[in-house]
Amino acid sequence: MRYHTPTSFADAAAIAAGATGTLRFLAGGTDVLVQMRAGMVQPDDLIDLKHIPGVDQVVQTPDGGWKIGIAVPGIVLGGHEGLVRDWPGVVEGMSLVGSTQVQGRATLAGNLCNGSPAADSVPGLIAAGAMVTVTGPKGSRDIPVEAVPAGPGKTTLAKGEVVSSITLPPRGKNGGDCYLRFIPRTEMDIAVVGCAVSLRLDGDKIVEARVALGAVAPTVILSEAAAQAIIGTTLDDAATAALAKAAEGAAKPISDKRGTKEFRIDVAGVLARRAAQIAYDRAKGPSKGSQA
Amino acid sequence: MSKIHVTTTVNGDPVEFLADPRETLLDALRNQLDLTGTKEGCGTGDCGACSVTVDGTLVCSCLMLAAEANGKRVETIEGMAKEELHPLQRKFIEHAALQCGYCTPGILVAAKALLERNPDPTDTEVRYWLAGNLCRCTGYDKIIRAVQDAAAEMRQDHRGAA
Repeated sequence: MRYHTPTSFADAAAIAAGATGTLRFLAGGTDVLVQMRAGMVQPDDLIDLKHIPGVDQVVQTPDGGWKIGIAVPGIVLGGHEGLVRDWPGVVEGMSLVGSTQVQGRATLAGNLCNGSPAADSVPGLIAAGAMVTVTGPKGSRDIPVEAVPAGPGKTTLAKGEVVSSITLPPRGKNGGDCYLRFIPRTEMDIAVVGCAVSLRLDGDKIVEARVALGAVAPTVILSEAAAQAIIGTTLDDAATAALAKAAEGAAKPISDKRGTKEFRIDVAGVLARRAAQIAYDRAKGPSKGSQA
Repeated sequence: MSKIHVTTTVNGDPVEFLADPRETLLDALRNQLDLTGTKEGCGTGDCGACSVTVDGTLVCSCLMLAAEANGKRVETIEGMAKEELHPLQRKFIEHAALQCGYCTPGILVAAKALLERNPDPTDTEVRYWLAGNLCRCTGYDKIIRAVQDAAAEMRQDHRGAA
């Protein structure tokens, strides 16, 4: 195995484009090293991206959004005041990944590119409308996060392409988001179902919403029907019932050791309702909402 | 396969060694530097027996390549006791917070990292922080009590020193 430490994404993309054997990018390594040890993946070329300047930084964009480096670990996101204030749902999704030790290494970019439909940080990113910059041999392009996963363990990225940053849009006024997952214990488990909701209010009325569901399809999915179920409402009982029904309808899960298809469909509706309520309360702010 | 020259600091001492590109930090600590206090439990980041800090951040040394430690500051269980045992080590003995002891170095390193960030954690905070450290002997309650007793003593000492 050749271990590369490029100092630019252009160099990383060039190495990747020229690789003839098995290739892996290394950010936090909490998936790659496990796969290497298990013999699932034996890379001929391993490209460590952490020597590229800026990959460990979180910076505010000129429009008030946040650009997150691909090697920023969960523990840094969780301690970042601005991110926690603007996008608590994104941060709480990432903070659910693994133990304290894993949080010290694991990254949003790695969680996304590992391609798990149950990736806890991905629904929050999708609900937030986050974009990734993808750098390849021909330059860089920006795509929405939901365009990256292609199925379990697979992404839409072409040979030689690598995610070079993640950008969250400006939160703006009267917005709130939330991520919830179901696991049969309290910690250290993989989502049976996950759901993220991001919304914006005008007064009491929801004027924008995005609803993403995890672990109920081959990729994390964005449900337009679920969003439409609450847009224009004050999240009253009729709206939450419609939201739950839409989320159930969007869920196309399999049965496996972590949960049956029927259970997952039911839980998708429950989590969508609860996540929407928390996001709504956060959008109202601590003075009016029931949740801080 | 060419080896990678790694220069790092372990428990304050500068060290250098040649790492196989696939070699984990855990294997390098144990097999090259003879620091066998750091244990391998699962090798997949689930059990926390291999916990160390790298530039002050708690990590599983099995989930990191030795080559990634180049230029970093690594702290292991061997660096914990100075002239005397660390209060956490003493309280683990007093509370019998270990039986076979295999998970203990990792739990001590993790608990030390917690108390450096949060000198007065709640029981719940200790349990969540240590959720990635598995112990199959003691049942955790004694571990939590030992950590809390050590934290109380360290707070007292800190106030005494101030």
